[in-house]
Amino acid sequence: MSAKMSPSDHLRDGPDFTGEPLHEALCKTWSREPGLWGWLSTTDHKEVGRRYIVTAFVFLILGGILALLIRAQLATPESGLIDPDRYNQIFTMHGTTMMFLFAVPVMDAMAVFLIPLMLGTRNIAFPRLNAFSYFVYLAGGILLWVAFVLNVGPDAGWFSYVPLAGPEFSPGKRVDVWAQMVTFTEIAALAVAVEITATILKQRAPGMTLARMPLFVWAMLVVSLMVIFSMPAVTLASGMLLSDRLVGTHFFNSFEYGDSLLWQHLFWFFGHPEVYIIFLPATGFVSEIVQTFSRRSIIGYSAVVLALVGTGLLAFGLWVHHMFATGLPRLGYAFYTAASMAVSIPAGIQIFCWIATIWDGRPRFQVPMLWVIGFIITFVIGGLTGVMLASVPLDLQLHDTFFVVAHFHYVLIGGAVFPLLGAITYWFPKFTGRLMSEGTGKLSFWLAFIGFQVAFFPMHFLGIMGMPRRVYTYQEGLGWDTLNLVSTIGAFAFALALVIFLGNALVSMRSGREADANPWGASGLEWAAASPPAPYNHAHIPAVDSRTPLWDHEEALPVMHGLRVEERELVVTTVIEAKPDLRDPSAEPTIWPFVSSLAVTAMFVSSIFTPWAVVVGAIPVAAALTAWFWPKDNKVTPEPVIE
Amino acid sequence: MMPKPHFTGDLAPLPTHGFGHRSTTWWGIIAFFLIEGTGFVMAIAAYFFLMNQEQLWPPPPFAPPDLLAGTLFTLVLLLSEIPNTMAKHAAEHGELRKLRRLLLVHAAVGPILIGLRAWEFAGANVLWTDNAYGSIIWALLLLHATHFITDWFDTLVLAGLMHGPHGVEGRRFVDCAENAMYWRFVWLAWLPMYILIYWLPRLVA
Repeated sequence: MSAKMSPSDHLRDGPDFTGEPLHEALCKTWSREPGLWGWLSTTDHKEVGRRYIVTAFVFLILGGILALLIRAQLATPESGLIDPDRYNQIFTMHGTTMMFLFAVPVMDAMAVFLIPLMLGTRNIAFPRLNAFSYFVYLAGGILLWVAFVLNVGPDAGWFSYVPLAGPEFSPGKRVDVWAQMVTFTEIAALAVAVEITATILKQRAPGMTLARMPLFVWAMLVVSLMVIFSMPAVTLASGMLLSDRLVGTHFFNSFEYGDSLLWQHLFWFFGHPEVYIIFLPATGFVSEIVQTFSRRSIIGYSAVVLALVGTGLLAFGLWVHHMFATGLPRLGYAFYTAASMAVSIPAGIQIFCWIATIWDGRPRFQVPMLWVIGFIITFVIGGLTGVMLASVPLDLQLHDTFFVVAHFHYVLIGGAVFPLLGAITYWFPKFTGRLMSEGTGKLSFWLAFIGFQVAFFPMHFLGIMGMPRRVYTYQEGLGWDTLNLVSTIGAFAFALALVIFLGNALVSMRSGREADANPWGASGLEWAAASPPAPYNHAHIPAVDSRTPLWDHEEALPVMHGLRVEERELVVTTVIEAKPDLRDPSAEPTIWPFVSSLAVTAMFVSSIFTPWAVVVGAIPVAAALTAWFWPKDNKVTPEPVIE
Repeated sequence: MMPKPHFTGDLAPLPTHGFGHRSTTWWGIIAFFLIEGTGFVMAIAAYFFLMNQEQLWPPPPFAPPDLLAGTLFTLVLLLSEIPNTMAKHAAEHGELRKLRRLLLVHAAVGPILIGLRAWEFAGANVLWTDNAYGSIIWALLLLHATHFITDWFDTLVLAGLMHGPHGVEGRRFVDCAENAMYWRFVWLAWLPMYILIYWLPRLVA
């Protein structure tokens, strides 16, 4: 060990070491091994992020196919296409897949890819945890879908209410599969939340104070904290459900003084914030897209940030509005109604800020912007029905009807999927180096927008007319026939639009127009990196002095230099002011996160069958985690111990 | 077009490790505190929710868990903070020899705590299958057992690490300081559970 080496003895980037030679040296340091081993070991946030996005879209397709099966069954009264047992599995799998395997992971995935680029850092914080998170998520998804194929798919609804989901009324392993899938996906989401929080607080480019962060970064900071405070509730609840089913505890068994409402409280304490965990990242996409395509900075930046934080806080005071029909004290009704209505205020503030920005800017209505317009219209409709449902008498009437189905598809598809598709189109050059086709993009947007309204608008009327959710069929002559048929036609049109969108993405990935670093003329740091970015992201670490760095420095971008080139090194900055503070190593690729995920999977899957799996399975998990954290032997001599 | 770089400052003089909130790992650990803390708060909420279902707590004919086992566990856990604070101090001042000794002392506390926790389970005076009261008492004991055994295992790994060639690296001292911080969370989280498991049933009876 040479404790006397001075920092100047190492190769560093700087005015004398820039351009092509620096690119080659950094690529050597930050690239991974080729081949399967390298693929399994990678710690590059972009690679893991892309993988996460593709996997989430595969689950979107699977969940979408189930949706079409549901619509095909309901297109005509007394249809015999799907039997009731299979239908129960299908709607449970649809909701579970869309919420746990698509919506939350895809937002995490976008953040994993984009946030380090937006912050001007070389990699995400805790990159091995990031790789681990992906594999655990994938394992949870495979568990659920393999079980479904084997006719062990969960069938008690995506929220698995007890007593139906308890040992008495759901024998077999269907609900256990659901509960353990929850454990997998919550671990994955919590891991990403920790990484994102640490990355945002400690790895921002020098000078990027909290008040200069891009709004998507703000949205993800709020979302990550929401994940941290909400997901432990469902992890605990699903653990209790498993133990009621497997080892005979009585948490939810009212005969032994347990309580089924405890499940609903724990589930919705997670489940309601979950909706905003899906929606707030989408508002982040919208803010970014609106700014770029209006060609002016967002109006009311502080108001939007406060709205994000306000939504995050209010989201924890709403969960009981899912339980109005269980009977509550009067004060409970009043409080949760008020809180549910109040959350529309921050949502409204954001919408007014976007409209003002478009109004005052010079808008270009390209495809990402079209999705934003579609979002604003659709989400406002969903928001209005949300305010209606916050009123207890109306909720008691409409609870468990198709009105609720219409409402949450308006807010989830309109509020999250539309902005997501806009965001995929917008950041596609960063993912692939190419642009998606504009013409095909417009076609898919218009078909999706119209198809969506045709599919879901009639459900409001069906709900008001009394059609309940989760029924596998209905009788003729109730006046529901035509509206159901119309809804099914709309659903297939919407699905076709998504097929066109995905086809456009696949074709453009291979033969789309090649994009330069900043094809849309945007302002954020991610557009200062190449399209697609090199493994090390930015050649020199950007130094930021405004909210729109690329618009304010068109000629030359201020940067800082001096990071080591032959070791993976990044700069750690202070939490509020983002002053440079430390040079920190970033973890090298390793196989151990993958091995750990296999050990965790073996433990969780076996624990569906025997509680001893938790004890025995902990040993390989501990061994793999130890190997993961054991420090590597440095290729290059480390710097002095105490500086 | 990629913008040209305009060099404004040099990062090379920055140090390569820092303690406390300067370190990224510290923030990661704080996030894990929040996750686990929220889990405990939810479990405690469930305890009160289930308590509300019963007329008496503990419900007859069950007696409250044995006070001696739980109190001894609590005492040993609290006393373990002495070597823990010393280890944190040694880590922050780069005193390797002292740190190595203290990590071994800390590691030796683990088996004592595990033994005492086993006694607590045996003296719970109720089984998890008896009723919801039994279920939640066992759940709290088990959750916290997982918690302290995990951090004890971390301490074992760190003790091994610090006795090897990696012990001289500055970042390992940060790891030890953060492990010591985590241990504080382990005993802090236990205190409300100790009251709920051992004292509340006696106070409301």
